[in-house]
Amino acid sequence: MTSTPAPPPRNRLLPVVTQILLGLGTLAITLLGLLLITFVIARVVPTDPVLSIVGERATEAQIAAIREKLGLDLPLWQQFFIYVWDAMRGDLGTSIKTGAPVASEIARYFPATLELATLGTIFGTLVGVPAGVLAATRPGSIADQIVRVVGLMGYSMPVFWLGLIGLLVFYGQLDWVSGPGRLDPTYDMMMEFTLTSYTGMILIDSALNGAWDVFGNAVSHIILPAGLLGYVSMAYISRMTRSFMMNELGQEYITTARVKGMPEWRVVWVHAMKNVAVPLITVIALSYAYLLEGSVLTETIFAWPGLGSYITDALFSADMPAVLGGTVVVGVVFVTLNMASDILYRLVDPRART
Amino acid sequence: MSLLEVRNLRVTFDTETGLVQAVRGVSFSLGHERLGIVGESGSGKTMTGRAVLRLIRPPGRIEADAMTFDGQDILHASEREMRALRGKRIGMVMQDPKYSLNPVMTVGRQLTEGLRLRDGLGRADATAKAIAALEAVQIRDPGRVMDAYPHELSGGMGQRVMIAMMLIPEPELLIADEPTSALDVTVQAEVLSILDRLVRDRGMGLIFISHDLRLVARFCDRVLVMHKGLVVEEIAASRLLDAKHPYTKGLLNCLPRIGGPRGPLPVLDRAGI
Amino acid sequence: MTALRAWLSDPNPASRRQARLGQAWLAWQRIQRNRLAMAGLIIVAILLLVAAFAPLIAPHDPLTQDLTRRLLPPGTPGNLLGTDDFGRDILSRIIYGARITLYIIALVAVTAPVLGLLIGTVAGYFGGWIDAILMRVTDIFLAFPRLILALALVAVLGPGIENAVLAIALTAWPPYARVARAETLTVRSSDYIAAIRLQGAGAPRIIAGHVVPMCLPSVIIRVTLDMAGVILIAAGLGFLGLGVLPPTPEWGLMISSGRKYLFEQWWVATMPGLAIFIVSLGFNLLGDGLRDVLDPRSASR
Ligand SMILES: Nc1ncnc2c1ncn2[C@@H]1O[C@H](COP(=O)(O)OP(=O)(O)OP(=O)(O)O)[C@@H](O)[C@H]1O
Ligand SMILES: [Mg+2]
Repeated sequence: MTSTPAPPPRNRLLPVVTQILLGLGTLAITLLGLLLITFVIARVVPTDPVLSIVGERATEAQIAAIREKLGLDLPLWQQFFIYVWDAMRGDLGTSIKTGAPVASEIARYFPATLELATLGTIFGTLVGVPAGVLAATRPGSIADQIVRVVGLMGYSMPVFWLGLIGLLVFYGQLDWVSGPGRLDPTYDMMMEFTLTSYTGMILIDSALNGAWDVFGNAVSHIILPAGLLGYVSMAYISRMTRSFMMNELGQEYITTARVKGMPEWRVVWVHAMKNVAVPLITVIALSYAYLLEGSVLTETIFAWPGLGSYITDALFSADMPAVLGGTVVVGVVFVTLNMASDILYRLVDPRART
Repeated sequence: MSLLEVRNLRVTFDTETGLVQAVRGVSFSLGHERLGIVGESGSGKTMTGRAVLRLIRPPGRIEADAMTFDGQDILHASEREMRALRGKRIGMVMQDPKYSLNPVMTVGRQLTEGLRLRDGLGRADATAKAIAALEAVQIRDPGRVMDAYPHELSGGMGQRVMIAMMLIPEPELLIADEPTSALDVTVQAEVLSILDRLVRDRGMGLIFISHDLRLVARFCDRVLVMHKGLVVEEIAASRLLDAKHPYTKGLLNCLPRIGGPRGPLPVLDRAGI
Repeated sequence: MTALRAWLSDPNPASRRQARLGQAWLAWQRIQRNRLAMAGLIIVAILLLVAAFAPLIAPHDPLTQDLTRRLLPPGTPGNLLGTDDFGRDILSRIIYGARITLYIIALVAVTAPVLGLLIGTVAGYFGGWIDAILMRVTDIFLAFPRLILALALVAVLGPGIENAVLAIALTAWPPYARVARAETLTVRSSDYIAAIRLQGAGAPRIIAGHVVPMCLPSVIIRVTLDMAGVILIAAGLGFLGLGVLPPTPEWGLMISSGRKYLFEQWWVATMPGLAIFIVSLGFNLLGDGLRDVLDPRSASR
């Protein structure tokens, strides 16, 4: 009876693989649902897509021909099937306004959004996590109150208004940063004609090209919108960090670490943080997704040529394929981020692996 | 000279529903001996043990007339001075290994972190020491356990890991909070004999917290009986079974079911008697 | 007054109603002790009062233009917060805007939870494949970024206040469905539901008469917590010109029209934004405090 029950086999990766496969199944269903929603939205559009192509004065025959070409004469379920099939091949339809494929236009706009949201999330995490930890280690203190109120303010701020105020103060009054746009026009030309584009993200591309003047100018443009988005995500991340950290600091294993004489920084930043990191991954992924969404409004303020601007511009020219294509892309990014955080979660948490 | 001296210790929790007095004036002194603390669930045994290490969390407060360890005032010692004592000179085996081990760190890292951080040992040396400590508490496959996460261990293994962890720095005082409740008899006997050797050969002081009166009567030198935060009786372990105090008698009378037996031990123990 | 207080805080309530009121009294006392939550409550109360008495409070008519008094700065006699590009009094427009904001959140608060309750209770009550399908649909809607989905919906439905509400409600229901389903699962198997079923009551009656009332409290808490988000999305739609149409004094729309004058006449865009911020902060503070009070686990220890 003294034999120790053997720990489970060492191969911890196998269950992860099954879980990833299962997750991919869910992902597929969710994406299908997403396409169904946009499909339904597209079909109830009051503006007839045919009329917008041929114009009001087309003959019956012309309309019928176009209908056939667009597949609108097929039964709805077949149309949906074709829609899904096209989307899977990366074909999101043709923009009514420009006549170009929506997918390739989005591919051109998306890096700007990605750059902005990524930088915002990095800011938000770098400030939000320490702030949340600070608040959690001194509950009820002045620091805690400040983190709480500053966080709630971030929750309550309309992001487009925040952008306007930011422009007014830091660009208009203080002149610390450059104004709207990703680059000054001169650098924009340089970027376009003399530098090689690798990723479409100016900070990365200019650095890879060694064009530090372009890089510096890009920083002066992106710092304000990214900082503001960072504030919004900081509000969320600091709150969640605080609540997770409070929870972990109440656990018994924390006392064990202290019993062992571990210094407080190690108790908090190693013992507790390793546990906080598990749910925090999901939170950061979620806030990243929200920043991609928040960029819709921010981009209009900062004339930022990203996905948000693309969607809103398309909205105003009633370019439904472009609007829905953009919606699908943001939805896919959302779902994928969720999925990725789920998988990462399982990799980080040993309890979820078995 | 006594190793630990506690006079009129009180532990109070300031909760929303009012003050909760978990410990209400406990005094005892401990030499290089085995002191048992028994009492029903919620009587304040754990809080007494933690108060010695000054590890009561807010809203809990510790008050006492005096608390000294090896001549050093630990009631007023700075947090820094306390940290120097914790682990190294005073260890504490925590009550429930299921919650007392860090769920996302391997057993090996938790065992070696003290050695590596505090004693500056290299990875190989620390690992060797940890493995030796695991072997000492009768763990068959220490290499494997080192790589395991706590949730992969059984309750009994967790308890032994916890004991090994606290014994590694060879403390002068060990507070063991129900250290053997999930062990079966043979392992329990082995663990107790390790603790016994440490007390006898190295002069370690031991505070042994338990529900199990018979075990305490057999194993310890002296016993404190606690009830509602007070020590109701202090008695030599050998005379525990004919104690005077009505509460102790009551405990003895309902012996097989005190607070619910936690492991298979009481059953086997009864058969052995 | 003291008798009432004693009755409420009686530790041994004589009736079920006394017990329940006593609970509420306790919660109210805890909220009162939470200063931030009280601040939130006051802000929300002010919003209600301002909306109710807008014609009495507002110094001017919100729509009357006076091109001779365009873009006057704050502090101008008669125009405390200045005037906008048509010479309309900004303060008066903000006061009347409170009505629109309230109208939107009230409509959303009435529609989205109803949809969520319906789907959640049906899924929870019937279980099985109905549950599986409905929850899958819920997850799909949850996976969608709310603002973008609302944008796409408004783009299809056309701008206007009712359409904006519809779009917001269509994106806001999934969390309520989740909450309602969880509650339903806990009451579904209870004895009293079984007893009602034995009396021959049909599913619709049981759900409407007995399951939904059990779900209401948790859904109502959720609604309070969500209001700030609804205000922000509504303002965002307004700002993009997809909400109410000019010249209605909607706050988001007012920001949008002040944008042109941002650097010279900053107040035109700043003031309505401040109103949005304060009101949504009020709801957040209140909801935050409510959660602390009603969920003892999250209360600061
Ligand atoms: N955070 C806290 N807030 C309020 N009261 C507390 C808190 N922690 C402990 N207590 C109280 O302290 C008392 C003593 O608890 P303690 O853990 O010392 O009991 P114990 O004798 O170790 O019991 P057991 O045998 O179950 O381990 C309990 O009655 C408990 O209610
Ligand atoms: Mg205990």
